Amino acid sequence: MIALEKRPEPSRAFSLAAPLLAVAATMFFGGVLFALLGKDPFEAIQTIFWEPLFGQHWRYYSPQLLIKGAPLVLIAIGLSLGFKAGIWNIGAEGQYIMGALFGAGVGLAFYPTESVFIFPLMVLAGALGGWLWAMIPAVLKVKFGTNEILVSLMLVYVAEQFLASMALGLMRNPQGMGFPGSRNLQQYASAHNAELLSGTGMHWGVVAAFIAVIFGYVLLARHRLGFAIRVTGDAPRAAAFSGVNPARLVLFCLGMSGLLAGLAGVFEVAGPAGQVTIDFNVGYGFTAIIVAFLGRLHPVGILLAAALMALTYIGGDIAQSKLQLPAAAIQVFQGMLLFFLLALDLFTNYRLRLGRKEVV
Amino acid sequence: MKFTKLLASAALVMGLVTAAHAQDKTKLGFVYVGPIGDGGWTHEHEKGRLAVQERFGDKVESVYVESVAEGPDAERVMTQMALDGADMIFATSFGFMDPTINVAAKFPDVKFEHATGYKRADNVSTYSARFYEGRAIQGLIAGKMTKSNVVGYIGSYPIPEVIRGINSAFIHARKANPDVQFKIVWAYTWFDPAKEADAAKVLIEQGADVILQHTDSTAPQAAAQEAGNVVTFGQASDMSQYAPYPRVSSIIDDWAPYYIARTQALMDGTWESKDTWDGIGAGMVGIGEISDAVPADIKAEALALKASLADGSYHAFTGPLNKQDGTEFLADGATADDATLAGMNFYVEGIEGTIPQ
Repeated sequence: MIALEKRPEPSRAFSLAAPLLAVAATMFFGGVLFALLGKDPFEAIQTIFWEPLFGQHWRYYSPQLLIKGAPLVLIAIGLSLGFKAGIWNIGAEGQYIMGALFGAGVGLAFYPTESVFIFPLMVLAGALGGWLWAMIPAVLKVKFGTNEILVSLMLVYVAEQFLASMALGLMRNPQGMGFPGSRNLQQYASAHNAELLSGTGMHWGVVAAFIAVIFGYVLLARHRLGFAIRVTGDAPRAAAFSGVNPARLVLFCLGMSGLLAGLAGVFEVAGPAGQVTIDFNVGYGFTAIIVAFLGRLHPVGILLAAALMALTYIGGDIAQSKLQLPAAAIQVFQGMLLFFLLALDLFTNYRLRLGRKEVV
Repeated sequence: MKFTKLLASAALVMGLVTAAHAQDKTKLGFVYVGPIGDGGWTHEHEKGRLAVQERFGDKVESVYVESVAEGPDAERVMTQMALDGADMIFATSFGFMDPTINVAAKFPDVKFEHATGYKRADNVSTYSARFYEGRAIQGLIAGKMTKSNVVGYIGSYPIPEVIRGINSAFIHARKANPDVQFKIVWAYTWFDPAKEADAAKVLIEQGADVILQHTDSTAPQAAAQEAGNVVTFGQASDMSQYAPYPRVSSIIDDWAPYYIARTQALMDGTWESKDTWDGIGAGMVGIGEISDAVPADIKAEALALKASLADGSYHAFTGPLNKQDGTEFLADGATADDATLAGMNFYVEGIEGTIPQ
């Protein structure tokens, strides 16, 4: 008989081992999936995990990891603060869009003036846009007790409509022959979030992502507010007794995650993406939820998890192109990662007990 | 600086590899915005790729990547194809425009073909189809077939391409039936079965018994079938699984002749950057079989219209035509020039409602 038995204390070792085991299990079952599709599983796994880092064209792919990973890190760090305290912001995708719109809006308003102040202003506007969008569920929760999960999620769809409206109307490129999409900020020097060193993939968003990791670490490990966040997540009643103000915490956590998502949006729209387009958002806000959990809600873990996710995206595209694996197979592969992580997480709090069930 | 150095070394390595391996094999890359099984837009591009592969056999090696997001992801996928030795890359979505131009600048020896865009370079061609010719035929059939005199139209995004289609369909529907009205719903998506089905249901509830769609899924067809007594048309693909009713005809994007011609030109060394905008005549726009649900006289009229569009004796935008606000668009006998058509951002007279901004 196999039974689950609750551990007296959550296993720290297992909590750290679970992501590694999940990656191993994903590789194994992903390999089986690829084999069933008639592809060489070893070649497929190697293409996904090895090719971007050490393959023939690693010089091109490695910088791409930074470009793909930076928005994930920025957003996931913000989300992890709330998640630790049991405050669930599911709408980072919307905050990311609003950050991009606010930032790009400022940049486009100044076109074609050249000034060193434009880009910093755009960054501020982007942060403000994301923060404001997250304040809606935050204030509603504090004032009326609404569910922040639903409100933040629904606001993603509202933000997407704003995005479409902007790409088709107010921010549309006047020289675009009536086609949707704004001017390309990559061609507007003062607004362009260019690579700091050509060919490295390092842009201001990557710098901000690393700063966010350090900030997140210091906040959680050293700051009173970090303590309040952790206590609220572990024992809400104890937190109330120790003088934590839950309303203020909601405002801070949602606001902070919105702000960071907004930053991710503005760095993306001014840099790698370049344009406000109808399909500007590609799901970073949702993928960041996976990244936050895969990284154990720990800043350094999030950094590693984002790198891993970015790797599967880039390697996945290479595998599609080189081995003609269907896109759906790659998506299943990525989905497996979260699935196995959640499944294995069970063993952080429980352990398997083999043996006969005692007869009373 | 660094990047060009890297490219130079990459090119060197590739040169060595390709010299040893596949000297006379032409490598093609196809970048798709949707899944190849979407049954519409991407599906037809994939059919074009397969036609190229079948035509040239071993001389051509082609790869594709599907469901590529517009923006940096598209740029990465195209760069990767170029690094892996592609000779020509087909970027098959409007949103790939700026990424295509960026990548093309880094790989001057690789040819790029961008669908439905307007930016070209020495190694970037653009191509699109005159879908509005097909819309004219749909409009005629719609005008004749409707009993409620209400035709529903599912628009994707209010851009010139879509507005042109609405105008063309409306002009010919009105010619066939002076009482016809168009109801237009904007789905703000190219492919989203759930949204498209909702849009179709709304239109049917408002009395539409013919539905035209500029979105790519078969969901409106299914909704029409469920409602009964509603006529639809296949979009991008034939969608013949819904024939003979509700789907009575279709507009088919047939990219195969163009893809084969461009591949041949590349092999012959005659490839050059140009803009191609072909219609029914060149075979880029196909009209799916008009089913028996359409009475024989209407079918004959539709086929006659198709023939006149194909041989160029008739232009789908021929005056006299007014704009929605009553001002003159085309004088009697005048036809619209391509620049006007490409940037069309107004409705013709008779269409109700405004174009959302």
